[in-house]
Amino acid sequence: MGYRLGVDVGGTFTDLLLFNVDTGAFWRHKTPSTPHDSSEGILNGVSAICGEAGVASQDIEYFLHGTTVATNAVLEGKGARVGLITTEGYRHIMQIARSYVPGGLAAWIIWPKPTPLAVLEDTVTVQGRISAAGDEVRPLDETGARAALTQLKQQGVEAITVSFINAYANGAHEKRVGELAREIMQDVPVSLSHEVLPEMQEYERTLTTVANAAVRPVVGKYVANLRDKLAVSGMGGKLSLLRSDGGLMSAQKAEEHPVNILMSGPAGGVTGALWVAKNAGFKNILTLDVGGTSTDVALIENLEPRRVRTTEVGHLSVRASSLDVKTVGAGGGSIAYVPELTGALRVGPQSAGAVPGPVAYGKGGELPTVTDANVVLGYLPENLLGGSFKLDREGAKRAVQTIADALKIDLMAAARGIIDIVNENMFGALRMISVQQGYDPRHFALMGFGGAGPLHVNAVARLMGSWPAISPVSPGVLCALGDATTRMRTETARSFSRLANVTKADELIAILKEMATQIRAELKSDGVAESTIETAFEIDVRYAGQAFEVPLTITLEVLERDGVEGLLTRFDAEHLRLFTFNMETPHEIVNLRAVALGPVLNLPAAELPKGDGDPAAAKMRDHTLWMDGREQAAVIYDRAKLRQGDIIPGPAIVVEMDSTTLIETGCVATVDAVGNILINLA
Amino acid sequence: MPATIVQTNNTPFVKKEIDPVTLDIIENALRNARIEMDATLVRTAMSPGIREQGDAFPLIADHTGKMIVGQFGSFIGGFLKQFDGSLEDGDMIFLSDPYSCEGAVSHSNDWLVLLPVFKDGRLIAYTAMFGHMSDIGGKVVGSMPINATSIFEEGVRIPPVKIWRKGEYNEDLIKLVMHQTRKPDWCQADLNALIASCRVAARRVVEMAARFGDDVYVSATQELLARNHRAMKSLIAMAIGEEPVSFEDYICDDGMGAGPYKMKCTMWREGDKVVLDFAGTDPQSQASINFFLNENMFKMFFGIYMIMVFDPQILFNDGFYDLIDVRIPEGSLLKPKFPAALSGRTHALGRIFDLLGGLLGQKTPEFLNAAGFSSSPHLFYSGNDKKGEWFQLFQIGFGGIPGRPLGDGPDGHSLWPGFTNVPNEFLERYFPLMIERYETEPDSGGAGLHRGGNGIHMTYRFLASGTISIHDDRWFVPPWGVNGGEPGKRARKILEKADGTSVIIGNKVEDVQVIEGDQLHFITWGGGGWGDPYDRDPALVAKEITQGLVTVEGAKAYGVIVNDKGEVDAGSTDVLRTKLRGERRAVPLFNYGPGIETLRANCVVETGLPAPVQPVWTTVEAAE
Repeated sequence: MGYRLGVDVGGTFTDLLLFNVDTGAFWRHKTPSTPHDSSEGILNGVSAICGEAGVASQDIEYFLHGTTVATNAVLEGKGARVGLITTEGYRHIMQIARSYVPGGLAAWIIWPKPTPLAVLEDTVTVQGRISAAGDEVRPLDETGARAALTQLKQQGVEAITVSFINAYANGAHEKRVGELAREIMQDVPVSLSHEVLPEMQEYERTLTTVANAAVRPVVGKYVANLRDKLAVSGMGGKLSLLRSDGGLMSAQKAEEHPVNILMSGPAGGVTGALWVAKNAGFKNILTLDVGGTSTDVALIENLEPRRVRTTEVGHLSVRASSLDVKTVGAGGGSIAYVPELTGALRVGPQSAGAVPGPVAYGKGGELPTVTDANVVLGYLPENLLGGSFKLDREGAKRAVQTIADALKIDLMAAARGIIDIVNENMFGALRMISVQQGYDPRHFALMGFGGAGPLHVNAVARLMGSWPAISPVSPGVLCALGDATTRMRTETARSFSRLANVTKADELIAILKEMATQIRAELKSDGVAESTIETAFEIDVRYAGQAFEVPLTITLEVLERDGVEGLLTRFDAEHLRLFTFNMETPHEIVNLRAVALGPVLNLPAAELPKGDGDPAAAKMRDHTLWMDGREQAAVIYDRAKLRQGDIIPGPAIVVEMDSTTLIETGCVATVDAVGNILINLA
Repeated sequence: MPATIVQTNNTPFVKKEIDPVTLDIIENALRNARIEMDATLVRTAMSPGIREQGDAFPLIADHTGKMIVGQFGSFIGGFLKQFDGSLEDGDMIFLSDPYSCEGAVSHSNDWLVLLPVFKDGRLIAYTAMFGHMSDIGGKVVGSMPINATSIFEEGVRIPPVKIWRKGEYNEDLIKLVMHQTRKPDWCQADLNALIASCRVAARRVVEMAARFGDDVYVSATQELLARNHRAMKSLIAMAIGEEPVSFEDYICDDGMGAGPYKMKCTMWREGDKVVLDFAGTDPQSQASINFFLNENMFKMFFGIYMIMVFDPQILFNDGFYDLIDVRIPEGSLLKPKFPAALSGRTHALGRIFDLLGGLLGQKTPEFLNAAGFSSSPHLFYSGNDKKGEWFQLFQIGFGGIPGRPLGDGPDGHSLWPGFTNVPNEFLERYFPLMIERYETEPDSGGAGLHRGGNGIHMTYRFLASGTISIHDDRWFVPPWGVNGGEPGKRARKILEKADGTSVIIGNKVEDVQVIEGDQLHFITWGGGGWGDPYDRDPALVAKEITQGLVTVEGAKAYGVIVNDKGEVDAGSTDVLRTKLRGERRAVPLFNYGPGIETLRANCVVETGLPAPVQPVWTTVEAAE
């Protein structure tokens, strides 16, 4: 029997999900995270969940892991000390960046000056020049390169990055400096920009290469430690990490290219949503992952999540594919306040975080949060997690009352106002990934997960017109579920930058084939059987002169059959859909991309026993809550006791270990075959 | 004759009570709609100016034309006053002539699209956006001739006309306009992008009105304006005194040998209101550096500055306009008379922000910023490449953000919202250029406890013969420092010829011929310093030497001496700092450098360029 174990390490909790590949049965577990050494929490979780399931750790074939270790190394500046070698005349490339100051007019007054990821003291230049066409204009100054490397060695850098101007067109100079680096400082890892990212735009390529170098030692140490600990505990399964783009990569590959796991965390939720959607029979999903401090949203169309070419970490935008996840500073811990000058009600982005947390948690929080508003309104019943944890409703009321007083409205109206504002912020983020990209949200279902997603999903679905609102099975550990159920993936991209009217399909096909060979070999070396590897291609096209391109998926057969013309026709249609117009301007083929995918895992979901439509057996108690401007009678149900086909009229609340689902007045929920709660307008 | 608004449904909007929550929701939704406008624009525009540098400005206004979200404030009121025609459902206005919209756009390169938004036969909102076109014809590539003496030399002028009339597209009009430009492909794409952005926002407004009800939506916009009015009123009462304060700054020259031109503003409070009076500003120039400053736009600049300096939480809209009285003398540099040339207005537009900073911070030095990178220097390069194909580049330069209460000014950044530099690999790929250097200019940021940001030293090697033009400023009058901080270094341009000789060229020059192999050093100015440089941590100064941001020589402006190993020589540093402190008179609030007369006397020696001569005005009375 095969088991897959998904493990997601968050700031507060480590979530585990153990999945029986044959039956679809699964077990979940939540254990406190251990930030000083995450492997401790993981091991605690592993032994607990194996115990619950009666499974020996040796039976776990795959250990699949989403981690924020790389993210945090960047955000907290705890990456390795990187020495950067760049072209003469470009020493300040990381200091100047793109000259961009975020915010509106005069925002520079309050914008802090960031420190580059490779500090200027450790940035040196070398003579030698390649042209945009890839020709050598001036030879590499090897003496200078040796001197530069020696200097960096003396300064004690822990990693070397070489990024020369136009290296995307010709990497010979970088390669040579790489060789010299290995000669002069044997033990220090070397990253070359044309290998990490063979694409135009010197700042982005350099930043990406530096980011890769900076997190490499941290990720390496993390993986090695985890591998050792797991081995000691008797787990011999294959260790893979979740990439920012939602695929898996072997731990070994992740150590070499950690830039691909910078957004591993949020990607887990999206891949989990994908698995749920597949089993529930939905193809188009908007995801709403509501955590303590922020909410992540993403769009899945036709069972494919949207991907973007950049990964945003803090103020850095790194060129590595990631799922198009947008984040807003709106979560359960978001603090509500009323600024004196305007008297407006604001919610977030400041958050009470895990400590001190919402007032209702009784851990010292004093400021009113979204969670407190949910408690005041009765959406979060006072007894959670099987009675072991009682919420302080009176404290929450006192805190929300301060908002009511400032706004001169009553307590309940203030509480509902906080909820409405935070829902509106989530709505704004969802609109950016849907309407703004040309998608009609009414053609999508909305899935809410994370601790607080199921509390807000009904209301946000109403704003979006996205039905049904879905509260998936085990919403609290959906990231771990995503880790456990997704497939292997790798990809590569190249700049092409040529006008379409001087490009032949044959040339494109030749390059794409070469790229495919390279990435298929990568997956093979990660143990994926050659015959199961799928390859997919994308070509980025734009009107010559535009700054943004539209990616188009394509197969080699179609490219051969329809030629470049066919590609351009599709581009025009897509441009029209996105931006409402077409142009006479010639087209430019900008980038080529190849993706290799491991086999799809047709992992089934376990069915619930059939019920008769009446959820009475799951009823815990009667309840009152405040909705639509009045107090209303509601019922609280125990999710574990629901059966398939149960119909729950709103207002109602469904509770489980780590999450609470709110069904609003005027809506009705049905429980599907595998336990998802689907909410529709009544 | 004001515009006639034609509605098929003349039912007035009914004022509804708005609860604070609905109000905030509508405000957020409008803000999101504005973000959508920006996103639509950059994704579809084509000229590097708009696309890479984000040189475009959106707004959403209420049904009376007051800006609810946006950044430059609304010009619609003024436009409606002047527009001699009707506005009805399906119309869209297109314009570029600053003189027919009271300076809503301030040179003809900015094309503006205005869309009245109708719902069920009633005018419910306006959306508008303008953006800088790379070329609109006229006598020079890029359409911004420094030596123009009238607006007729600056390319096509579009009075307010209807690009769409009752839903019908005026194709002939666009054909006529596009026929005037050297880059019809860019202009057409950019115009499409502006239109698409306005339509996106219009759709959002209609959706919102449908969601909340038209009356609620309109009432909410009015309440948002009122809320801003109340907030700004208390801010003004708190921050602005009744006693007048004045500040003045300069545009170095007009590109035709005359300068500097003074800009002066005096501010005081009368009851609830602030008066901002530009009396004392020099008369208009005969060249193109005039800036037709729209009063409402200036109110918005003032409001935004107040907010950023004193309380960044407040969202701004037009609500506070009647609290501000802006007085600009007719015939001055800031309100030139038709048909004065306007294309080179970027310097005065930028300098307005230094002026504001100096005015607002004077009485509260802890909030005061030094003089910043208050311009958008331009480089134009055009010609035929080796294949004989025409190319034209218009590039904006970046420089030093000033020293601030918050800390050092960033090096080589932009003061303008949303601007980003163009990747050099992009330039090399698409233009006959090699960029030999793209670094910050050490020591160019003014010394201070908080250092001013450095300017940029960019070296262009031309790979094809062609013509260049340069528009820059702050080469003569330095960017001032504050609270003891030193001024930043001034801008310079050096042409290193292929034959090895070098020549210093002016910072406002037109039609300079270059040949293959020539190199242009385009060096921008640094930001002024903030606070006493002798209080800056010597170790930080030493570190910035190793970073190439400050030189060993430059460190002396901080009173810091380093040894051969780059370590601080603590003894000598103490001695030098004590000596310098002793020599210095009181720490000045503003440090403008040596003053205009001294600058003039030393100009050739210090800059390699002749000093500008005092402008004389024969035809225009001194503006009062």
